[in-house]
Amino acid sequence: MTTLAHAPKKTMRPPAHHGPKSPAGRTWRRRFPLLPALIFTIVVTQLPFVATLVISTFQWNILRPDDRHFTGLSNYTFVFTDERLRSAVVNTMVLTASVVILSVLLGLGLALLLDRRFLGRGLARTLLIAPFLVMPVAAALLWKHALYNPDYGLLNGTLNAVYRLFGADNGPTLDWISTFPMPALVIALVWQWTPFMMLILLAGLQAQPGDVLEAARVDGASALQTFRHITLPHLRQYIELGIVLGAIFVVQTFDAVFTITQGGPGSRTTNLPYEIYLTMFRKFEYGQAAAAGVVVVIGSIVIATFALRVVASLFREEASR
Amino acid sequence: MSAHAATPVPFVQRLRRRRQDLDPGQAPRLSPLWTFVAWLATLAFFAPVAWMVLTAFHQEADAATNPPSLLAPLTLDQFSLLLERDITPYLLNSAMASVFSTLLVLALAVPAAYALSIKPVEKWTDVMFFFLSTKFLPLIAALLPIYMIVKDIGMLDNIWTLVLLYTAMNLPIAVWMMRSFLAEVPKEILEAAEVDGAGLPTVLLRVVAPVAMPGLAATSLICFIFSWNEFMFAVNLTATQASTAPVFLVGFITNEGLFLARLCAAATLVSLPVLIAGFAAQDKLVRGLSLGAVK
Repeated sequence: MTTLAHAPKKTMRPPAHHGPKSPAGRTWRRRFPLLPALIFTIVVTQLPFVATLVISTFQWNILRPDDRHFTGLSNYTFVFTDERLRSAVVNTMVLTASVVILSVLLGLGLALLLDRRFLGRGLARTLLIAPFLVMPVAAALLWKHALYNPDYGLLNGTLNAVYRLFGADNGPTLDWISTFPMPALVIALVWQWTPFMMLILLAGLQAQPGDVLEAARVDGASALQTFRHITLPHLRQYIELGIVLGAIFVVQTFDAVFTITQGGPGSRTTNLPYEIYLTMFRKFEYGQAAAAGVVVVIGSIVIATFALRVVASLFREEASR
Repeated sequence: MSAHAATPVPFVQRLRRRRQDLDPGQAPRLSPLWTFVAWLATLAFFAPVAWMVLTAFHQEADAATNPPSLLAPLTLDQFSLLLERDITPYLLNSAMASVFSTLLVLALAVPAAYALSIKPVEKWTDVMFFFLSTKFLPLIAALLPIYMIVKDIGMLDNIWTLVLLYTAMNLPIAVWMMRSFLAEVPKEILEAAEVDGAGLPTVLLRVVAPVAMPGLAATSLICFIFSWNEFMFAVNLTATQASTAPVFLVGFITNEGLFLARLCAAATLVSLPVLIAGFAAQDKLVRGLSLGAVK
């Protein structure tokens, strides 16, 4: 891991040890507690990926079991030329980018408010994290049926009530999910992820060195100047952390797509995880599903490279204490 | 703690006392206008949850009106209906999968975290980042081989399959969190205890455990939440015997008749454990979600 080239050496130096053990024996005695976790992780998470890699080179449809043979890279040719998969890649990027950006912005706004004292701050904080704690599938069903539903959903119901308040007979009957499928998905996910961002950014704000803020105030800096030149640079690594962790989770979104839109209408909201699921359990094309899986893994590695760098910078700071 | 010699600049900043530690009461106050904005935003975010809980206590007919009937009479009918429709086995499956996987995670992660902090192995940072990198691999790409293996060995629709998968899913998070807690065990005291000839059990019990206990609680909470909420493996690898609460939720929606109140009751019921746990441990939540990086 090149990012860790400058990791603190201090902690790696074995502290003065007592008891005359051979160096090799001591090394293994140190390694021993680590082994169960390491072996378990390798077996359960790494081996399946090797299997995915192998399957991705096979022509393999479960409905035609006799026609299973090695096809080299043709599944990959399919993955990169298939219209559905290409739109799934685009949908995944649109979904992830919109959800992460919007929830970071909203989370930042809320964090800035909650960083100040006001009446009922503790209660507000508790209420605000609730969306993140509701089971994701339950949240998706809630948005689909209780909020977006054209006939009895809360959104149209409220619109209707407002229209009647102003004397109109009936409000519009908007079918939110079929009219705005992607925004409907994005809003439900932003609702869920904003509290997550808020918690991380609030922790960042509260870790600000108080004396620097005090000094800025004494020197007559305006609130905006303080925010621009002190708070924002300080918050940067927290924002980065929120973005990378959010991206990792949102890229994998399956529950919301499965529940709210089923990838539709057509394939307008089909993201990669859902498309792979369809390829596997609806088209039964194992080889193609595996190849698409490998492509997703490669995409994730790109995000993860950034992610690891961000986490490493926070980690280095922490480890140097 | 053990801060010597050349420390980077960020550390110096961290040495300064945090504003909150300095004087918790002295954060600047919001003006009335901004207080109003803060509460408006809070209520907007909380409204869907409030609506879910309120609808759960309504009759189906009242839940499906337009405009919505906020003041309809309250009832517990939906919850008793759920129990009649046997939500209990699903809740038990969820509880089993979450609790057992959390225990297994702790059994694996605590010794590993010990070997990554208190008595660190050589190249321990590389090991840490290996664990973290497994978390970045999308679960969906592992679903196919896992499905095939599980099917081959006859473990489909088995709660222990979920236990193992959830353990693997949460282990990197747990290792990172536990390490960040164990790293706070004061080295000086550890060394002093060893010089005094204290055995390993004494050191673990007297020095490590007091610091590790809150960490253990926080880690269990996070692992529990993630396992309880997991859907993708649960829906694809279970059928009738081992289905968990989220699978129940998507399964009982029908096209016939009204179901909104019952759905809200079910959604409330299955979210309740995590809501309670999360509210109770708000302060631990952020540390867990950021893998121990944010205190």
